Amino acid sequence: MANSTTLDKKQTTLLEKLCQAMALSGDEGEVRSIILEEIRSYVTDFKVDTLGNLLAFKKGTSKKPLKVMLAAHMDEIGFMIAADDGDGLFRFETSGGIDLRQLPGKAVIVGKEHIPGVIGARPIHLTTSSDRRDKISLEKLRIDIGPGSNKIKPGDRAAFATRFQRAGTSMIGKALDDRLGVAVLIEILQQAPANIDLQVAFTVQEETGLRGAKVAAYFFNPDLAFVVDSTPANDLPVWDDEDNTSYNCHLGAGPAIYIADGATLSDPRLIRLLVETCKKEGIPYQFRQPGGGGTDAGAIHKQRAGIPSVSISIPGRYAHTAAGMARISDFNNTISLLKATLQSIPLDILTQERK
Amino acid sequence: MNALIQKLTETFSPSGYEHDIRQVIRSEIESLADEIKVDALGNLIAIKGKSGKNGKRIMLAGHMDEIGLIATHIDPNGFIRFSGIGGLYPHTLYSGRVRFVNGITGVIGGERIKDIQKTLSVSELFIDVGATSINNCPIKTGDVAAFERPFFNMGKRLIAKAMDDRIGCAVMIEALRTLKNSPHEIYFVFTTQEEVGLRGATTSAYGIDPDIGISLDVTGTGDTPKARRMDVGLGKGPAIKIKDGRMLSDVRVVEWMIHTAEKAKIPFQREVLEGGTTDATAIQLTRSGVPAGCISIPCRYIHSPSEMVDIDDVNNATKLLVALLSNPISL
Amino acid sequence: MNDILPFLKELITAPGLSGNETPVSEIIQKEWQPLVDELSISRLGSLHGLRRGTLNSPRPAIMLATHMDAIGLMITGTQNGFLRFTDVGGVDPRVLPGQQVWIHASGPKATPHSPLPGWVVQPSAALLPEELDNKAIPMEYFFIDTGLAPEKVKQLIQVGDIASFAQVPLELNGETIAGHSLDNRAAVAALTICLQGLQSSQHGWDIWAVATVQEEEGLIGAYTSAFQIRPSLAIVIDTTWAKGPGTDDWNTFPLTKGPTLMWGPNIHPKLHMSFKELADKIEIPYAVEITGRHSGTDAFATQVVAEGIPTMAIGIPIRYMHTPVEMVALKDIQRTGRLLAGFIASLTEDYINSIALDS
Repeated sequence: MANSTTLDKKQTTLLEKLCQAMALSGDEGEVRSIILEEIRSYVTDFKVDTLGNLLAFKKGTSKKPLKVMLAAHMDEIGFMIAADDGDGLFRFETSGGIDLRQLPGKAVIVGKEHIPGVIGARPIHLTTSSDRRDKISLEKLRIDIGPGSNKIKPGDRAAFATRFQRAGTSMIGKALDDRLGVAVLIEILQQAPANIDLQVAFTVQEETGLRGAKVAAYFFNPDLAFVVDSTPANDLPVWDDEDNTSYNCHLGAGPAIYIADGATLSDPRLIRLLVETCKKEGIPYQFRQPGGGGTDAGAIHKQRAGIPSVSISIPGRYAHTAAGMARISDFNNTISLLKATLQSIPLDILTQERK
Repeated sequence: MNALIQKLTETFSPSGYEHDIRQVIRSEIESLADEIKVDALGNLIAIKGKSGKNGKRIMLAGHMDEIGLIATHIDPNGFIRFSGIGGLYPHTLYSGRVRFVNGITGVIGGERIKDIQKTLSVSELFIDVGATSINNCPIKTGDVAAFERPFFNMGKRLIAKAMDDRIGCAVMIEALRTLKNSPHEIYFVFTTQEEVGLRGATTSAYGIDPDIGISLDVTGTGDTPKARRMDVGLGKGPAIKIKDGRMLSDVRVVEWMIHTAEKAKIPFQREVLEGGTTDATAIQLTRSGVPAGCISIPCRYIHSPSEMVDIDDVNNATKLLVALLSNPISL
Repeated sequence: MNDILPFLKELITAPGLSGNETPVSEIIQKEWQPLVDELSISRLGSLHGLRRGTLNSPRPAIMLATHMDAIGLMITGTQNGFLRFTDVGGVDPRVLPGQQVWIHASGPKATPHSPLPGWVVQPSAALLPEELDNKAIPMEYFFIDTGLAPEKVKQLIQVGDIASFAQVPLELNGETIAGHSLDNRAAVAALTICLQGLQSSQHGWDIWAVATVQEEEGLIGAYTSAFQIRPSLAIVIDTTWAKGPGTDDWNTFPLTKGPTLMWGPNIHPKLHMSFKELADKIEIPYAVEITGRHSGTDAFATQVVAEGIPTMAIGIPIRYMHTPVEMVALKDIQRTGRLLAGFIASLTEDYINSIALDS
């Protein structure tokens, strides 16, 4: 499996299930159930907290093990039904950051039963060229499930209807951010390293402010934390063929290690550990360009008296749209990197010099 | 005092990379504190005194980090694209000099100027360290730099980069040095990562759980031509903060500070700052709440490479801090 | 049920801006003293009223939180005897010209507890930049004029002094009240009605009635009081947007049709359902309020304190929020109070287990 550009059957089935499930911020139950089924027999203990975080614990076998927290978020971006306009048409709000220009003309799934619906747009025939210069506002968009149903009401959630697919060495689906991270942590839990106490948080409400991670970290109170998320790969050509200086990370170049994002300045000792592990194990890696954005680490490292943290992301193009894309090798290499790193964390890592 | 301020301001330590300034401050206070420790986020904590019967646990916070730049991409010709750490104003950047934490110096250059009236944005700038290709560039993605500008003593006025908040650190160090007696248990916390969101103060305050919190930081002034209106000016004394962009100081703490200043005949100003905040905001929100306030050193041209303070304000701030710490407190 | 109107009018006459809540805190303390077993004040000034329950110790606790701070103005400087100011909490500058305020002066010659009247004034166009001609004027161009001579002003008023709205409560048609600070004193009144309603009944749980400080400036009181108390449940009562002129969007609600029950990621879904079922049962009209990310209330804080607290938010619709003429229907306040009391009466010992999120 290591360094592999293929997914085995078990991985494919799991990713299909995870990516096609609907779990918006504050309503993560469907994904939580899938995860629980996968990890139940592998953990020492677990609980679901009051926000819905799934908190799993796997005890290590060494004498005085480090407590290491891992986190990946269960929630995805999507829509919440806001008002019933009648005739099968529903006004909606976005949940998490979505570019409105990604919405018109898309298929969606609505509610617990995944009822199919569409977000349409005014026919081009009835628009002028100056109309078409402006983006269509949320005010004008509706989710249409067809008239005559009473199954959907305000408060229900909706998401893009995209199905998970493989295409060569790539994977396409909705919610790769962060179901890929969730799948990584499931695999880690199923092959948990014995040298540490593993505290795994499948968090809620990351997309709406890192809220699940905050209380999960308070509860676990670990010695240090690794977060697995997805980060945008803007590695497309620039419009004027110039050098692309804002690629953020590249698809296929390996797991992206965070130095600094908008919410966290990663602990330099953990960055060093990750890089050394990559070099030792021959795992490709890249640095995610320092800059904006944020992961659950942003909430975790500020909890209690401080928790040294770092994030690793699987690069993904077209994040927060109907169709994200990632490379299978990046996914597998992230699993390998995390596994090897956890197995080799020195007990005294937090007494090392930062510089 | 000037020598200390020079040493502090000429150290290069942007948020997250406070190693060097931590060493410098540590060597200044090593012999002065009862206990020194470094916590999980790198905050340097010096403890002085044990709270007696009427003593309180007081946390003082001055941030060690400064704003800076972080390399995001090295292009094939060795030019370095960057992002800001903390509040970096684009109009202070073009043609400025920077120094990386690893010692390399560079100039901030820019793309073709299409409109001389407009400022180049960060994405239109780059750092030139004299490399000719990515292969001989001594800088890699993730390396950090700060403004390169020497300290300058004008007599009454002092100019340096990173007065925000090395001047607050200097006041704390000097107070620790001159404090003779105190009934309180005082935590002198030199915090990390203030400029990116008060992060060091958030966690250190949780760990300490103080009775009172006071930050030492800079504040703006309204005394330059067509400045944003503000009643604080250089040379009129340290400012006692009543409100800033994110915090209302505890009214009892403000009252205590004003009363102490008046009694000790230390000049002071009342401060309402629109926009900007300090570590005190984070301390106030800790656990069940901490009454908090701030002693501000008025400063012109904040977040530029040439921040200016008045030495009398600095010395009076130290005097005020010592006076506050020297006597019993009943809020 | 006691008539809540006199208390409500007292609440919305008193100042009590974020960070300076003492005047309104004292009024609430007086009213709550006979209704609770113990009154205490948090480190930051929030008011905590505890009614002990009858279950054996350790009992579960419910926290009902209403913020007592209100928005207003703060003096930032003087200019030829005129006062410059900024806002505390969010104030739309367009509602300010011509408003009377009370300046709580603390200068050397000022008399304590004797506020001075002042009027927010908009200078004529000739005294303002040309580009603002006929446009809304930003706050930095306004003054407060006290009518006093400049030397007097300097002796009486200082930077940092608070200016609260002077608008007196108005009883309008249809049992509605207009005035300043209905956000959030209307909720304080509702919570008080709940406490009054509990006088004649038993409850198993401990009840913490909390009037929080500084909601308008960062939910400060909510974070810190919730941390101190660590309740098993947190119910936040705040105000929400009522339908009115220029305010008719899908997320606004009619006056006199009851409170709103909020729903969204900030709210515990099963707690919401409990309130909905109860309101149906005891026939209290309500509307469901969809809140995307942030409920805009103290609930955003309480939900993520320590290990997390199951949180619900209830909104009392008011028109013209954050102006000195906010407007509320008394009926909606009373219904909210009854709903809260009804919920407390329905709490069983194992309620928390019953709202665990799936298996």
